[in-house]
Amino acid sequence: MNAAYLHLPVALIFAPALLSVINRIKALFAGRTGPPLLQPYYDLAKLLKKGAVYSRTTTWVFRMNPIIGLSAVLVALAFIPFAGSVAVLATKGDIFILAYVLGLARFFLIIAALDAGSSFEGMGASREAQFSALTEPAFLVGLAAVSRATGGLSLSEMYGALSFQTWMSIGPIVLLVAAAFLIVLLTENARIPVDDPNTHLELTMIHEVMVLDYSGPDLAMIFYASALKLWIFGSLLVGLVLPIHGANLWLDALAAYGGMVIMAVCVGVIESCMARLRLLRIPQLLVAASSLSILAFLLLLR
Amino acid sequence: MTSFFDAIMVLLILTNLALLGTSRLRTCIHICALQGLLLGTLPLTTTIELISFRAFLLAGGGMVMKAIVFPRLLERTLQDTHVQREVEPFIGYSISLLAGIGLLGFSLWLGSRLPLPSMITSPLVIPVSFFMMMVGLLLIVSRKKALTQVLGYLVMENGIYAFGVAISPEAPFLVEMGMLLDAFVAVFIMGILMFHINREFDHIDTDRLSVLKD
Repeated sequence: MNAAYLHLPVALIFAPALLSVINRIKALFAGRTGPPLLQPYYDLAKLLKKGAVYSRTTTWVFRMNPIIGLSAVLVALAFIPFAGSVAVLATKGDIFILAYVLGLARFFLIIAALDAGSSFEGMGASREAQFSALTEPAFLVGLAAVSRATGGLSLSEMYGALSFQTWMSIGPIVLLVAAAFLIVLLTENARIPVDDPNTHLELTMIHEVMVLDYSGPDLAMIFYASALKLWIFGSLLVGLVLPIHGANLWLDALAAYGGMVIMAVCVGVIESCMARLRLLRIPQLLVAASSLSILAFLLLLR
Repeated sequence: MTSFFDAIMVLLILTNLALLGTSRLRTCIHICALQGLLLGTLPLTTTIELISFRAFLLAGGGMVMKAIVFPRLLERTLQDTHVQREVEPFIGYSISLLAGIGLLGFSLWLGSRLPLPSMITSPLVIPVSFFMMMVGLLLIVSRKKALTQVLGYLVMENGIYAFGVAISPEAPFLVEMGMLLDAFVAVFIMGILMFHINREFDHIDTDRLSVLKD
């Protein structure tokens, strides 16, 4: 049996736990005890028990968004190879399916935010559209560079072909792509140098402002979808940085899950040590990420 | 060992891109110092079989000059002239970064077209040195402050140095040392010049010098 069928349920169960690892690291830096490790699950359970409230200005678009968002992320998760195993839905060219399925979720998030009729959410939607247009080149060109380096056409082939041999031969290039992916991860998941996940009422926030009008099960779905999104980008980054494919399946899985925890710790450390960038500086960071990816790709073309 | 050499090359490219993207003058100077340090290690990595006295002298001289002396001189100028800490570019940072990537692509293409002597240590070194010269030019024409123009000049000189190291066995030692001395004198004189410009006009914005009439 393919190991991916085991990795998928683990991702579904443990994705919110990554968020609590990040929160615990931030609490550690601030000298607080921090919320319990199961806090995201308590939040989800609490939200699922509540009823949803809809504003009279909203239409079906607003109500569809959480469902489309969650299902798109679930589909995207099925394309992600984990610990060197072949993903459940691996096909040739699934890089583009991944990018556009996530793009679909983002499109609905944006028009649902516009549908809510709040000027505040409109600002968030505009920023999300701008920044995601700048992240996508970094992400896609980075994946193209990995594809060029490994000769694979699907994500599973690409990540399966990566090994420490790759690090020995083209280490600097892999490092460039990894740095670009880290910036993409922080941007896509609304993490600190770009956006602050804790603020709900600030003029410069991006992601959180777009979900202000959701409540109850809808908010639970959005929250769960964002946790899964962190898992998706995290596993792409960890697969690149720690390509451990030994003989033993269990050891590989252990290394990959350890890598995910380390990734969450790194995100927590970054969030604790950095201030959020000025809104005008964010496009510059994203262009820098794109140029890292393009640089890696150009060096491979040589 | 080529992997290590390539890593230094990639780091050099990154320092150039960072120079194009940073807004603080002091950070720019520090990046330039880092670039000098990286360049200083090049003569040691190219001749790994026989680390000669000459390679050591070249590496040591380069590192001391480019990583310690030049940055110190520029920082002193920065303090003395009390300029604003921002770079004030004519071309925005994001556009400069993209232009830098374009220049890199161009120099990789140029490097692949040139017939080269077989003694080259890494195929990356020629494109990177071209890239550094072009970034230096871009810094000179696209930034307002006289100080950044000196930095651009230094980056260009670094590019020429990298080119020289690449064909190290052929280039005479005296030429390299002479070049280093020239750069030193240039930075020294430019520092004094900037101080005087600043005292005369209260700023070192070069675009405002062009409106002067005698």
